[in-house]
Amino acid sequence: MSPGVITAAYIGASALFILALNGLSHQESARRGNLYGMLGMGLALLVTIVGLVNDNQFFLILGMLSGGAIGWILAKRVEMTHMPELVAILHSMVGLAAVFVGYANALEHSSAISGVEKTIHDVETYLGILIGAVTFSGSVAAYLKLSAKISGKPLQLPGRHLFNLALLVASILLAVLYVEQSAAGGGLVPLVLMTIIALVFGVHMVVAIGGADMPVVVSMLNSYSGWAAAAMGFMLGNDLLIVVGALVGSSGAILSYIMCKAMNRKFINVILGGFGNKPKGTGEAAAQGDVGDIKPIEAEETAHLLETAKDVMILPGYGMAVAQAQHTVYEITKKLRAKGINVRFGIHPVAGRMPGHMNVLLAEAKVPYDIVFEMDEINADFPKVDVSIVIGANDIVNPAAQEVPDSPIAGMPVLEPWNGGTTIVLKRGMSTGYAGVDNPLFYKDNTRMLFGDAKDSVDAVLKFLS
Amino acid sequence: MRIGVPREIEEGEKRVALTPEVATQLKKLGFSLAIESNAGKAANFSDALYREAGVEIVDDPKELWTSSDIIVKVRPPKQHPELGFYGIELLGKGQTLISFLYPAQNPEMLKELAARGVTALSMDSVPRISRAQKMDALSSMANIAGYRAVIEAAQYFGRFFTGQITAAGKIPPAKVLVIGAGVAGLAAIGAAKSMGAIVRAFDTRPEVKEQVESMDAEFLMLNFEDEDGSGEGGYAKTMSPEFIKAEMDLFASQAAEVDIIITTALIPGKPAPELITERMVANMKPGSVIVDLAAEAGGNCKLTEANKVVVKHGVTLVGYTNLPSRLAAQASQLYATNLRHLLTDLCPGKDGEIVVNMDDEVIRGATVVKSGEITWPPPAPRISLAPKEDVGIKAKAAMEAAAVKPAHPLAFLIPLLLCGLGLYGLGSVAPPAFIGHLTVFVLSCFIGYMVIWGVSHSLHTPLMSVTNAISSIIVIGALIQISSSNPLVVALATLAVFITSINIVGGFAVTQRMLRMFSK
Repeated sequence: MSPGVITAAYIGASALFILALNGLSHQESARRGNLYGMLGMGLALLVTIVGLVNDNQFFLILGMLSGGAIGWILAKRVEMTHMPELVAILHSMVGLAAVFVGYANALEHSSAISGVEKTIHDVETYLGILIGAVTFSGSVAAYLKLSAKISGKPLQLPGRHLFNLALLVASILLAVLYVEQSAAGGGLVPLVLMTIIALVFGVHMVVAIGGADMPVVVSMLNSYSGWAAAAMGFMLGNDLLIVVGALVGSSGAILSYIMCKAMNRKFINVILGGFGNKPKGTGEAAAQGDVGDIKPIEAEETAHLLETAKDVMILPGYGMAVAQAQHTVYEITKKLRAKGINVRFGIHPVAGRMPGHMNVLLAEAKVPYDIVFEMDEINADFPKVDVSIVIGANDIVNPAAQEVPDSPIAGMPVLEPWNGGTTIVLKRGMSTGYAGVDNPLFYKDNTRMLFGDAKDSVDAVLKFLS
Repeated sequence: MRIGVPREIEEGEKRVALTPEVATQLKKLGFSLAIESNAGKAANFSDALYREAGVEIVDDPKELWTSSDIIVKVRPPKQHPELGFYGIELLGKGQTLISFLYPAQNPEMLKELAARGVTALSMDSVPRISRAQKMDALSSMANIAGYRAVIEAAQYFGRFFTGQITAAGKIPPAKVLVIGAGVAGLAAIGAAKSMGAIVRAFDTRPEVKEQVESMDAEFLMLNFEDEDGSGEGGYAKTMSPEFIKAEMDLFASQAAEVDIIITTALIPGKPAPELITERMVANMKPGSVIVDLAAEAGGNCKLTEANKVVVKHGVTLVGYTNLPSRLAAQASQLYATNLRHLLTDLCPGKDGEIVVNMDDEVIRGATVVKSGEITWPPPAPRISLAPKEDVGIKAKAAMEAAAVKPAHPLAFLIPLLLCGLGLYGLGSVAPPAFIGHLTVFVLSCFIGYMVIWGVSHSLHTPLMSVTNAISSIIVIGALIQISSSNPLVVALATLAVFITSINIVGGFAVTQRMLRMFSK
């Protein structure tokens, strides 16, 4: 196959990938978008295998078949509540693959290039491996955190900023060393050292970030996996890789930006880590009420309130995912809708542990997506809502974000159920959310607290609905 | 401790301080309960219902007064018409009385309670702060009074409230004016509105405008320099003569126009202000109705007669003073629930023992006699609004501090210039092939940026899994190298092919699985 045909096929694949992302703008076109993605990938693979592979086909087929089978099983078995973990571990694979490809390339020492070209090539290789390694170890750490195999609390070593700075300086020095030695035909030692440093940095960066910031971390790693692919593209002089890497990189970057914006946090602050262990400002918020102001409610009364309402809003958070309550929530929704009650779901962008997590969980429970709304779409509707139910959410419905200027979450956009009729908060106890901020919503006059495990509570409410 | 509930003996009083439902809940707090037989009869709670809820029925009220640790009532104690006893004289040390006591009007009663060593809590002295709303019986009763006022008005008003267009002709909607938008006023607005009337409301406190408008009623404004009528504890205060003149002009013009006037204007401890003069009544359309909720305090209209319905100048004036009692079951239920909340706060151990904790602002406010010592009036309550304003000012200051000063109009050129210089530097040293790739890279970043902004928020998780799958395009790099002669390179490439294959298949498959779940 001529190089022209291969390049043309790559152009086609690039276009298909762009169409794939474009397809995701609406639910209606999303599945076709995914199909475009598969087509693009199939085309690129086919052309490359037919056109460029001329030996070791056995290893190739073996690797593809076994890998594909594992991927297939993973995709079929994963529970929707564990999507963030799956996505994190898949990111780590991209990172690892980038490291392997980078090393393979570094070992292949083509002598065809020299001078500036060689330097640029070496820098590309170095960067590709660096980003790949950070993505790999960071994603593995994120996976361990998300699956609660290690603590979700931010781990903050003393002098961690200095430590990071030292790692950065070391990797720059090693880059210079590598470029010098590579010109002479070697350079493997600095490359391996840098890889170790990058792996340490990836882990250190992620463990320093608190649980509530996980959506940012996951999208940031998504972005890194893209940049790793782009760096590989530069290294190999392959435009398809560059295009795809840039697409994925900017996609992840935008998601990180949206998540940060939804939490009113600066990206750099998230990366530097630490949230939820600084009690500043909590005293202020706590002064707004004490436990005496809490008005508890029982499941039976909750059911009664729901039945007599006209407009109900359900605001789920990570607690719903943990308790696996989404199916019962939809049973309740169905019963209420059958009575002609307008039930809607309000989703905060950072509800859950990754962007769009709640939407996927609700979709899994067969909640029609046209009753699931974004925070910005429904916040103005709260005054017309009779009953809002908050399930396993805290910071995203915290009025302190608007009312307490020195609160750690001040300025974060939040859902505003307190503007409506009654708010029922399903909660295990009176603990604070991830941000460690007391929630004045619980003390509002029109708030009722339904204490207990989210799943038990919604089951009880469902029982009392006639 | 034993809670005793005597029957209300006031003429026409139908309420009762305990309902069977509340009795069940109080028993959970560890109290034992007794009630005088037939105490709930007028509110449709039979003795059998109480017995079912575990309440002891006592026939002799005297026995009830002497044997109970806590006496709960609605009305202040009064001479028993048949048995001749008063109640308080039967009480002694260690006993507690909870009821409406109106301590300002009944100083003698306080002295008597104190002399007998009793502890007394007055439901009307519960401070009006947000934490105490659940035990604010005045608000509960005012709510009922407002609702009932509209029902009474409907009773005497000869037409529909709602407008209709029927085959027999067009019926205009009734126009209702509510004066005083406190709890009762707002309840009246809500009731009249839901019956279909056009509702207008007036209040001297401008901050209630929003509340009135939130109920879809029209808030009448005065053509007058702003004077805030908000007094302490959420009540109105007396206004200046100029203000009152403007107000009266407004009422005079409204009186000629509206069909129903409901007045709820009360200033605590003073006779009710006269708002509707005889001339205004005479100007009203015949058949109009005035319900005067301030009748007990002299009435907002001087023609009103307390506890009576009179017709003057063709206008029906309703002067019932105990409207909550005319909705006895509802009033009893709300009052009993308010009482239960107070008892819950009084009984922190949930062991049926009450502790009158004078450090608790709410209990301090409600307690008028503590173990033989008069503790009324309480120190002034903290106004709940004050800290809020403080926060507002702080927030404003923070916002102002955060506001960046406008940038120089050409400032946006600086990053562009820097980028241009950087590109120039790169272009002068880099080989053309690299520049070509960089072009592709930069343009792709822009395409990615444009496309991703269009992605629906709800599809962010599928977006991540699909971008994950396509970023495995890195496999191309492995494929290019797999045919190498270097076994180490082949091994690395094979490994890379293996793991990217997991990703490609896994990513696309899980995306497809998720997208299939999204359904309308």
